Amino acid sequence: MKILVGIKRVVDYNVRIRVLPDGSGVDTDGVKMSVNPFDEIALEEALRIKEAGNAEEVIVISVGGDECQQQLRTGLAMGADRAIQVQTSEPLQPLSVARAFLKIVEREDPGLVILGKQAIDDDNSQTAQMLAALWDRPQATFASKLELNGSSASVTREVDAGLETIEVDLPAVISVDLRMNEPRFVKLPDIMKAKRKPLEVISLDDLDVTVDGQLGISQFTPPPQREKGIMVDDASQLLQELKNRGLL
Amino acid sequence: MSRILIIAEHDGATLNISTSKCVTCAQAIGGDIDILVMGQGIDAVAAEAAALDSVSRVLAVNAEHLAAPLAVNLAAEVVGLSADYTHLVGPSTTFGRDLMPRVAALCGVNQISDIMEVSSAESFKRPVYAGNAIVQAEPANGTKVVATVRTASWKAAGSGGSASIEQRGASGSAAAHTRYVGLSSEGGERPDLQSAPKVVSGGRALASEENFELIYKLADKLGAGVGASRAAVDAGYCPNDMQVGQTGKIISPDLYIAFGISGAIQHVTGIKDAGTIVAVNKDPEAPIFEIADIGLVGDLFNVIPEIESQLG
Repeated sequence: MKILVGIKRVVDYNVRIRVLPDGSGVDTDGVKMSVNPFDEIALEEALRIKEAGNAEEVIVISVGGDECQQQLRTGLAMGADRAIQVQTSEPLQPLSVARAFLKIVEREDPGLVILGKQAIDDDNSQTAQMLAALWDRPQATFASKLELNGSSASVTREVDAGLETIEVDLPAVISVDLRMNEPRFVKLPDIMKAKRKPLEVISLDDLDVTVDGQLGISQFTPPPQREKGIMVDDASQLLQELKNRGLL
Repeated sequence: MSRILIIAEHDGATLNISTSKCVTCAQAIGGDIDILVMGQGIDAVAAEAAALDSVSRVLAVNAEHLAAPLAVNLAAEVVGLSADYTHLVGPSTTFGRDLMPRVAALCGVNQISDIMEVSSAESFKRPVYAGNAIVQAEPANGTKVVATVRTASWKAAGSGGSASIEQRGASGSAAAHTRYVGLSSEGGERPDLQSAPKVVSGGRALASEENFELIYKLADKLGAGVGASRAAVDAGYCPNDMQVGQTGKIISPDLYIAFGISGAIQHVTGIKDAGTIVAVNKDPEAPIFEIADIGLVGDLFNVIPEIESQLG
């Protein structure tokens, strides 16, 4: 079985986001870029499945400009076998990304596609569900545990009410939540080895992907800030303050 | 004029409050508002939905294979009804976030996630980068709006309405490839975190599952829901459904009291809409004091017992 893992290049989660004064976006100039943290968890899960002898190959895929090769190389250094870049200079939204993934899915025929549950830049949380819909296959979103049982998988999902378990037949699309695993650190020799692993570049046009229905996204603004409040010295002052405000 | 279909979230017995928040958002969009209730034995839920203000019709689809909230089965029903509507709207809860993108893809559109403000029937404000930026999102020309509603941004609609309830047959059938097994919930008797007017929350500083009892006890005394930081959940001090933040629950209680939570940006994004934020932390430099309305520098292991004894 092959496993396909999506990788998105995003502003590192530790970076303090600054909205550009003209409202055209956020400042990415000289800003540290990383693999979307949820995608690292997705890749880690795929690698563990392979190491347990339940998959033969792990392929990482990213849709974007050549700069995303850096994140694909990180994926290869973590242990993926090969990488695919779907090359486009246009920033694509989830539906187009899902369509591009579907083309690669049809070519590679994976048993599992594992994606992060959301990207920490646009916070859309759509691509996995959309791919599953277009592929007409099961989706198991926000997964915190994945157990393979031959031709099906038992997936524990983190839902608002607790932990939900569903069973899906393979092939299926899984989107992973934070607590699925802790991704491994990349070691220096692995970074060297990753340079020799295959990284295929396919243009979006060659895949014949329709890019339409993109939302208009404009007018980036910083969020309204909460005013800094007051400090109190002890519990009794705190309770008095809450009573004064009618909160107790 | 807009024709809006809201996808109801419920547990089979009662309507989730997120649905009435979707109604308020739909009122801001303006137009005819219908609610779709899918499940099995859903008469009570449909009646609750019909009582929400400014709803025209409730469509009740009763079928065995819709009893469990499997997105694959529910999406087929929504798409079957979609031709009559300009807007398909669900809550930005795990239920809606699982279902609505599947619906959007089948409708051939991108989804507008987490509507926090309506500028017009085709222009919406939504947060990106964990709430560190707000953008204006508009559907492509002439396409259907499929959206989720950021529930913390909206008040619940009133329930003085009396919409008609129409029973509809299911248009789809059960997908054989996906099977519901079950839900394990540790929620208990406490107020629901997402709708509780007061929330008491604990972080890494609690240092153990046993110590987290302090948070439960105080919450029970205040009649509050219980939340937690990601650090506390990751460390196993409390269950995942308590996590508040970018990747957990986004909440807007009147009062939020954070004990031993440093205030990472990913946590703060989940409480920005709270009425009053109280922070108790040993570290005077903790970033949570930057956004707290009332701050107290102190050891929670001293402060909590003091609060309790003074509450009597």
